[in-house]
Amino acid sequence: MSLLHTIETGLRSLLGHRLRSVLTTLGILFGVAAVISTVGIGQASSDSVTARISSLGTNLLTISPGSTVSAGVFGGGGSANTLTMADVSGLADHQNAPDIQAVAPVVQGRESIIDGSSNWSTTVSGSTPDWLVANARNMGTGIFISASDVSKRGQVIVLGATTASNLGAAVGDLVTVKGIPFQVIGILASSGSQGFGNADDLAVVPLTTAQDELVGGAGSVQRILLSATSSSTIGSAYLEADQILLQTHHITNSSQADFSITSQTQVLSTAQAVTQTLTILLASVAAISLLVGGIGVMNIMLVSVTERTSEIGLRKALGATPGDLFRQFVIEAGVLTAVGGLLGVGTGLAAGYIVPRTANIAVHITPLPVLVAVGVAVAVGLVFGVYPALRAARLAPIEALRAQ
Amino acid sequence: MVNGQAEELIRLESITKTYGTGDAEVAALSDFSMSVKTGELLAVMGPSGSGKSTLMNILGCLDTPTSGRYWFAGQDVSRLNETELAHVRNRRIGFVFQQFQLLPKMSAWRNVELPLLYRNTRDRRDLALQALDQVGLSNRVNHRPTQLSGGQQQRVAIARALVTNPDLILADEPTGNLDTVASKDVLAVLKELNEQGRTIIIITHDPEVAPVAHRTVRLRDGRMVQEVAA
Repeated sequence: MSLLHTIETGLRSLLGHRLRSVLTTLGILFGVAAVISTVGIGQASSDSVTARISSLGTNLLTISPGSTVSAGVFGGGGSANTLTMADVSGLADHQNAPDIQAVAPVVQGRESIIDGSSNWSTTVSGSTPDWLVANARNMGTGIFISASDVSKRGQVIVLGATTASNLGAAVGDLVTVKGIPFQVIGILASSGSQGFGNADDLAVVPLTTAQDELVGGAGSVQRILLSATSSSTIGSAYLEADQILLQTHHITNSSQADFSITSQTQVLSTAQAVTQTLTILLASVAAISLLVGGIGVMNIMLVSVTERTSEIGLRKALGATPGDLFRQFVIEAGVLTAVGGLLGVGTGLAAGYIVPRTANIAVHITPLPVLVAVGVAVAVGLVFGVYPALRAARLAPIEALRAQ
Repeated sequence: MVNGQAEELIRLESITKTYGTGDAEVAALSDFSMSVKTGELLAVMGPSGSGKSTLMNILGCLDTPTSGRYWFAGQDVSRLNETELAHVRNRRIGFVFQQFQLLPKMSAWRNVELPLLYRNTRDRRDLALQALDQVGLSNRVNHRPTQLSGGQQQRVAIARALVTNPDLILADEPTGNLDTVASKDVLAVLKELNEQGRTIIIITHDPEVAPVAHRTVRLRDGRMVQEVAA
């Protein structure tokens, strides 16, 4: 029998049992739709976690002084002030550190800022123009600290959005910190991140000014912020920074390093592992429902073979080979699952459109899970169709004819 | 009419068919030999349990004998596999069953077309309509089996057996489910087809069939007990 006629015969028999075919198809439909929408939800939450963390500055590495463990004794971060401006210029050398984009030394302290009658206490950092790049921040109004502000010990200050609004300060205002007047030259754009601590409540002054007037300890820095050229070069930027600092500090054994480097990729990879686990969990539940749908197809095909025993016997008597009957029943199962799969894609896409608009859950549907879900559905149909089809093919024609 | 020089279509040589094993072994046919010539109308009669059905299954290539040889149109078909037997059934044998065995969801001509689907013939509709015309049902082609009388259904089944232009029409109790009038009607159709040259074997216990046949073979306990030429 030609393939065309086999398909035609299969379709005729499915149309002959409309309700049964529709119900069987529903099992596959919901399985496929569930796979597509849950993977879509997982994808969307993974995207949003990545986006949130990169708004914190994903490419950021922080170098802190002091070894965490020194000769077996836990020294505690920052227990020794070992970072210097020499380290900063070493790290800023693009020849040795091609993957490091920006290097910002930081000294900081908690200070009161006074603007006329208002008074606000916040973290005041002394840093360089690279601070803006390293933290992946943008200016709201005004300008950031320039290189000449740093070299001239300029008495200028840049405020975070929250700090500025709490002080009622605007660009051009004069504020005092520790009795020293600073001119507000810029206000940072809101970071939008709900990260650890409020990234919008802070103030930045030139590094040199902070070292001389606010924190003390000229030439020394408390921390160095680094940003890698991209999120994919964080690893190599980390290694370059480690290498350079070991060299400038004359340390041969890296386990005795008097500094430590931490990155936000650690946070990122943890968060991604969590969302990935959730996605896999959701997708597995959906895949199980697809499997159950497949078993439904097999069940119906077995019923169909039993019910149509005498038809199978007749077809055999009329010259259908075992192969003809095998193909006919596999195609019936395949058609059931293919139709269910395609309708499932439609339902999944519809869910991807409706759910974000009604339930405030983001869904991001990508082509791969759609293709995989349909492929799996059809494969399930064929696999679960094989056993009933073999039963049909193996029926002895005489016994099949006798069945009424 | 039987022609003395007619070719032999079927030859059974010492066919034995046993079911079961060991002590439970039952021989449905034992050492059965028979020959049928092209153009013959043969009746096979016998009480139930006589081996009629087994003979029909072997003649129809629906089953293979345990031992012995079956020559069909010069070909030994007793040792063919299932697929090869399916081809022999499709190309050379037309079946008529007691229960008609029409597919209820298909119209008469779709039913008649069925065997042609398994040999990829063109003009299937035309051939089906021709066959229906031969059994006098050209005005019922689009009727479903349930819309036809028993006699009409059996004629559709005969058309289905005819449509492939087979060497042999094998009818298993073709009148078993019909009233007297319809039985006569069906037998008349078979007789007419035989007069056009078709070889027909009717397996039956209906005594009305014997007078129509050229020859009657009687079976009992898996053996031929009587052979009567009309």
